[in-house]
Amino acid sequence: MSGAEKIAVTVTDIVPLNDLVTRFEFKSTDGSLLPTFSGGAHTVVEMQDGDITRLNPYSLMSDPMDQTAYTISVRRDDEGRGGSLFMHSKVSVGDQMVISYPVNLFSLDLRAKKHLFIAGGIGITPFLAQIKQLERFNGHWELHYACRSESLGSYVDELTSHHPNETHVYYDDQDQVIDLANLLDGQPLGTHIYVCGPKGMIEWVRGTAAGEGWPREAVHYEEFLAPQPGKPFEVKLAVSNKVIEVGEQESLLEAMEREGVDAPYLCRGGACGQCETNVIDYAGNFIHRDHWLDDAEHANGQKIMPCVSRFEGKVLVLDR
Amino acid sequence: MSKFTFPESIKSRPVYGTLAPRDGSAHLLVADAHGAEAILDMATPEMMAKAHIIYIPKGEAFEEDLRALNPASFYSGPSYGAAEPRLRKALQDAKMGLQVYLAGTEGLMGQAQNEAMAAGIPHTAIQTEHRGSVARRMQCVHCKGITEDVETDPFVCSHCGLNLFVRDHYSRRLAAYQGVRVDAEDPGNVPAPKGIYE
Repeated sequence: MSGAEKIAVTVTDIVPLNDLVTRFEFKSTDGSLLPTFSGGAHTVVEMQDGDITRLNPYSLMSDPMDQTAYTISVRRDDEGRGGSLFMHSKVSVGDQMVISYPVNLFSLDLRAKKHLFIAGGIGITPFLAQIKQLERFNGHWELHYACRSESLGSYVDELTSHHPNETHVYYDDQDQVIDLANLLDGQPLGTHIYVCGPKGMIEWVRGTAAGEGWPREAVHYEEFLAPQPGKPFEVKLAVSNKVIEVGEQESLLEAMEREGVDAPYLCRGGACGQCETNVIDYAGNFIHRDHWLDDAEHANGQKIMPCVSRFEGKVLVLDR
Repeated sequence: MSKFTFPESIKSRPVYGTLAPRDGSAHLLVADAHGAEAILDMATPEMMAKAHIIYIPKGEAFEEDLRALNPASFYSGPSYGAAEPRLRKALQDAKMGLQVYLAGTEGLMGQAQNEAMAAGIPHTAIQTEHRGSVARRMQCVHCKGITEDVETDPFVCSHCGLNLFVRDHYSRRLAAYQGVRVDAEDPGNVPAPKGIYE
């Protein structure tokens, strides 16, 4: 079976935080302790939505050393494919669900002398766990958190009351903007940046840091891509000897899983590289959306990341 | 001739590049002997306006040429050991955006790289260029003493006096290659020393 190992859990608490974000707490159904994890890790939550199985990754935000429960925060996306809407409207306290073991693609670099966190909106969640991890070791950190408005500022109160000196909050609707060039200028040697938020924010931070001479290795980022809908297309799976149709609302990975093909995956968001698949033959255009393959690989038509990327054309044959 | 093409070797052996100016808020350049030539080949006035050069001449006559680049700060010292406190202080006071350039012998680059890494710079972000002597900084695996500037293989450990074979096995932590007793099986049967790359 592909993906990380699974844990059977029970939903033990649901707390709406504001108009968009709700927090969910999971405890293991058999009462055993959950694995510890490291700040920045995510879990893949399985949602049984009628006939459809949805597998969405969410950053763990609880204390990484707390083995009694995991918490995640889910931002409702009314335009999305339905995973977050399912969590918001169909999940109740007492429900049994399946989640994956924690997987970390956004871990702290513990060689850093200082950790500079930059969050946009729901991108705050991995930092909540990382802050708890660093506080245990008296780590040196600072958070710059941009939210749309005070009413949508998830966890602002908790952060500003527990960490008033480290937390800096910026509200879009009050025209408050992170003064990034000034923030990066003069940071002590050995500072690492971590950015989690919308694509534009990640590119802005990475570009500004590179321009100021920051090493690439000192700038960490995480952006989960949700698979985007697109035109249906047909794929031949050479190893499985199947021809399958990828529907408008499902990803290529999900279509393979629906057809019983055990395709590898981990993050389901175009970041981890686990689902990388060789292309045997094609006639048409790839719609690459991942962060894993480089530009040359996106151009040469030899590989595809089925979790987020699609295809438009006549023939696509995959080595799967 | 200050450039040398090292033969193919095992994976632990360091690989050096060619220095190139990078955007940055400040530039720290550490060189010994012919390493000065790598700085002279690369330096631009814009870079030198924000540059700190730490140079160990080791008998070579490049100091005036380096001073003529007009760096913001220049230091020349008799040995790496003498220059090390200054290097540490420069790194301690530095901010992100600092670019580090190392040039010259392997021993100089390895030791200065360790200081830069300890200060928080990822080793992959530190530029290096080998120039000049191919002598190695060697650690005796028996007594753990370091012998600097080893030019022949085998050589005599400057601490314990054993005859040591020069290996390509390198330690980034020690900034040294490994020297292993060459006549352990048959004491006294020591091959005639030759140049390391001969």
